[in-house]
Amino acid sequence: MSGIVTETQFHVLAVDDSLIDRKLIERLLKTSSYQVTAVDSGVKALEYLGLLDDEDTSTDSNPVSFTKNHHEVEVNLIITDYCMPGITGYDLLRKIKESTSLKDIPVVIMSSENVPSRINSCLEQGAEEFFLKPVRQSDVNKLRPHLMRTSGKREEDHQPNNVVNKRKPMEECMSPDRTRTRYNDDLEL
Amino acid sequence: MEVDQLQRSFLEYSRLLFHEGFLDGQFSQLQLLQDESNPDFVFEVVSLFFEDSERLLNDLTIALDQQNVDFKKIDAHVHQLKGSSSSIGAQRVKNVCIAFRNFCDEQNVEGCLRCLQQVKQEYLLVKTKLEAQLRLEQQIVAAGGAIPMLNEFC
Repeated sequence: MSGIVTETQFHVLAVDDSLIDRKLIERLLKTSSYQVTAVDSGVKALEYLGLLDDEDTSTDSNPVSFTKNHHEVEVNLIITDYCMPGITGYDLLRKIKESTSLKDIPVVIMSSENVPSRINSCLEQGAEEFFLKPVRQSDVNKLRPHLMRTSGKREEDHQPNNVVNKRKPMEECMSPDRTRTRYNDDLEL
Repeated sequence: MEVDQLQRSFLEYSRLLFHEGFLDGQFSQLQLLQDESNPDFVFEVVSLFFEDSERLLNDLTIALDQQNVDFKKIDAHVHQLKGSSSSIGAQRVKNVCIAFRNFCDEQNVEGCLRCLQQVKQEYLLVKTKLEAQLRLEQQIVAAGGAIPMLNEFC
């Protein structure tokens, strides 16, 4: 990918089983000019992302969710609630980070509960941010650097942001991808 | 009535709701998300809250009426109600939900029943007040005015 980023909108996938919270997050994201797809479960999110390979039962889903070719679905960030029936936000995060094709998509977790161990395990699993609900505009404003980072302007640009992001992983043992530039320089570790 | 009179009534009424803890800063955040392209955003979210809450309160009533109370199920319902009330800024409802969940953890039926009573009361109160506030808004709009922002309560 060249360094040229067009002005096309970033596409965010929002996952929350609460209708009210889905409506809220969708509105918040849209005020930041993001394109939004909102689903009500982790399973639907996996389906949308093409990580479920057995389902042919996508009767009500949009055509793009036909699972084999995930490249049809361009998602720049996933924001998910933690507590959901079925697959939790944490499970969803793990599945995304375990997927070779999707692991670079930034994932943000939202939760109504301030549980430090929960927050830590999500960050360790590779979540970029953890937002406490109710999510506000100021939280959504924090998403932009994560979106910019994976927009094609990888290591070349946004050095200050990259440095800040990568310093954290050294302390919290995050996924190698986000520390790629850094580790190339510090091979001794 | 003149527009600025209506606007002042609206502001006074809203101040009271915040002051008495019926609403918190999250409600103002909702208002900030309302604009010309989404003029009914607050109304829509609040309406969803009413529907959601009534369903949950009903489910809670049934669940607590059972011979063998399923505290896990009750906790799940209360968790939902806590979440939605928190998302719209219905502070007093949210606070009762917090107490309610503690009684669930303790498997205390009496405590749960009391909380259910309380949360129903708080819900009815905030519903009545939000509807009154909405009527004031509608009067302002009908008179050609703009709805004052509630930023001071953020």
